[in-house]
Amino acid sequence: MYRHSLKIEETLVKAFIYFSVVCVVFALFSILWHILSHGVGLITWEFISSYPREMGRAGGILPSIVGTACLVALAVAVAGPIGILTATYLAEYAGKSRIMVAVRFSIDTLAGVPSIVFGLFGFAFLVIFCGFRWSILSGGLTLAFMILPVIVRTSEEAIKSVPYEYRECSLALGATKWQTVARVVLPAAAPGIVTGIILSIGRSVGETAAIMLTAGSSLGLPTSIMDPVRSLSLHLYILVSEGVSFEMGYATASVLIILIFLVNLLTNMTVRYMITKRMGAGAH
Amino acid sequence: MRRKIEWLIEKSLLLSAIAGILIVMLIAVFTFLEGFPFLAKYGVTNFITGKVWGPSYGEFGILSMIIGSFYVTVGALIIGVPIAVACAIFLAEMAPQRLARLFRPIIELLAGIPTVVYGFFGLIVIVGFIKAHFNVPGFSVLAASLMLAIMILPTVINISEDAIRAVPKHYKEGSLALGATHWQTIRYVILPCARSGLISAIFLGMGRAIGETMAVIMVAGNTALIPGSVLDPVRTLTINIALEMGYAYGDHSSSLFATGIVLFVLIICLNALVMRLKRRVTD
Repeated sequence: MYRHSLKIEETLVKAFIYFSVVCVVFALFSILWHILSHGVGLITWEFISSYPREMGRAGGILPSIVGTACLVALAVAVAGPIGILTATYLAEYAGKSRIMVAVRFSIDTLAGVPSIVFGLFGFAFLVIFCGFRWSILSGGLTLAFMILPVIVRTSEEAIKSVPYEYRECSLALGATKWQTVARVVLPAAAPGIVTGIILSIGRSVGETAAIMLTAGSSLGLPTSIMDPVRSLSLHLYILVSEGVSFEMGYATASVLIILIFLVNLLTNMTVRYMITKRMGAGAH
Repeated sequence: MRRKIEWLIEKSLLLSAIAGILIVMLIAVFTFLEGFPFLAKYGVTNFITGKVWGPSYGEFGILSMIIGSFYVTVGALIIGVPIAVACAIFLAEMAPQRLARLFRPIIELLAGIPTVVYGFFGLIVIVGFIKAHFNVPGFSVLAASLMLAIMILPTVINISEDAIRAVPKHYKEGSLALGATHWQTIRYVILPCARSGLISAIFLGMGRAIGETMAVIMVAGNTALIPGSVLDPVRTLTINIALEMGYAYGDHSSSLFATGIVLFVLIICLNALVMRLKRRVTD
C-alpha cells in the first residue's frame, strides 16, 4: 500500500517537473515567435538606416541605434576598468577585512537596486546636481553604475578560477605580486572577464527605466556626448505605450531581440573558447 | 622603489573597489536628500498608510502601491517559484547532459530579453487573453504577476540549481544506499540540505519582481487604487515613479523620491537577509 502511494507521488512529481520544463520552453518560444513573426518582415535596410518620421509612425530607427551604441559604449568604458580592478582587488589582494565586507555588500546592493531607483538617482545627481542635463553622459554613467556589479562578479569568478599553480610559478620566478597579477593571472582570466563585459552589454541594451529619466527622448541624431538620445528600448516603450505604432513596435522589438541573440551567441562562443583552451593547456 | 610601486598599485586597486561603496552611498544620499524634506513635512505614517494618491490636490498616500507591489510580487512567486524549482531539480538531478545543454541557452535568452519586450508581449498576448476570457479590460494584477513570474524564472532557476548542486554527493549516495528512491532522496535529503540556497533564490527573485518597472507598467493598468481582485488594475511603487517623474515638480517630485526611498530600503533589507542566509551556509 505504502509502495503504491509512493509510486503515485513519484509519477505526479515527475509529471510536474516535465510540465514546468515545457512551460519555460513554451514561454520563451511564444515570446520569440510572437515578436519575430510580426516584426522581422518589417526590418529593411531603410528601417535601420533612416530617421523616424511622424514621431516614429513611419521611417526608421537610425538615431536610436546610434544612441543605444553611444550609451552602451560609454557605460562599458567607465564600468569596465573600475569593475575589473575591483574584482582584481577582491580576488587577489583583499583578505577578510571590514572594508571587504562593505565592498561586497555594496556590490550586492547595487545588483539589487531597482533600475528605476538608478534612474531617480541619475536624474537627481547627474542631470540636475552635476548639470549634465538629459544627455548621453548622464544616461551612460547611470548605466555604468548599473552594470558595475555584473562586471565585478563575473571578473572575480574568472580570476578566482585561474589555477593557483600559475601564481606560485610566477612568484617563484621572482615576479612581484603585481607582475604576477598583470602578466599571468589577468591574461589567464581574460575570456571570463570578456564574457562578463558582453553580458553587461546585453543588460545595457535592454535597459529602459534608468535611461528614461536620464538620457532624454530626443529623436535626433546626437552630435556630442551632451546631446539627449532615445535608446532603442525607450523608443519601443514610447511607440507602444503611447499607441504610436504597434507595427514599428514589433520591428523595433525584433531588432532588440536579434541584438540580444547575438550577444548571447558571442558569450557562449567565448565560454567555449575558454573551455577548449583550458583543456588544451591541461593536455600538454 | 619596487615596493613603493607595489604599494601604490594596491592602494589604487583599493580605491576602485571603494568606488562601489561610494556609488551606493551617493544613491542613498541623493534619494534621501530629495525625498526626506517631503517625508518630514508630510509625515512618514501619512505617506505610507495614506490611501489616496492625488498629487494635484496634495494627497500623497502610497498604501495602494505598497499593497499593489506586494500583490503582484506574491502572485509572481506563487506562479514562478514552483516551476523554477522544478526546473532546477530537472537540471541538477534528472536531465541527461545533452538535454541540459539544450535547456540552458533557453534560460539565458529568457534572462536576456529586454524588459520592454516582455511588456510589449504581455500587453498584447497576456492582457489580450485575459480580456477575451474574463470580460474585463485585462490590465490587472493577474497579468502583471504572470509577466513577472516569467521574468524571475532565470534568477530563481540558476540560484536554486547551484544550491542543489552544492549538496555533497555522499549525502545523496548515502540515502540511495539505504534504499531510498531517487525522489525520496531529493525530497528528504537534497532539498532540505539546499534549503537556505533555495530561500535566497526566492528572495532574489522577489527583489527582481519588486524592482521591475517597464514590463509591469505596460500590463498593470496603473490605477492608484487598492485592487479588490486579481482582475483589477494595480499600480506598483516602481510604476508610480516611472509614470509621473516626467512631469512632476515640487512636492510631487519629492514624493516620488520618497517612493524611491521606500523601494531602496525594501531592497536593502532583502539583501541583508540573503547575505545572512549565505553566511549561515558557509558556517
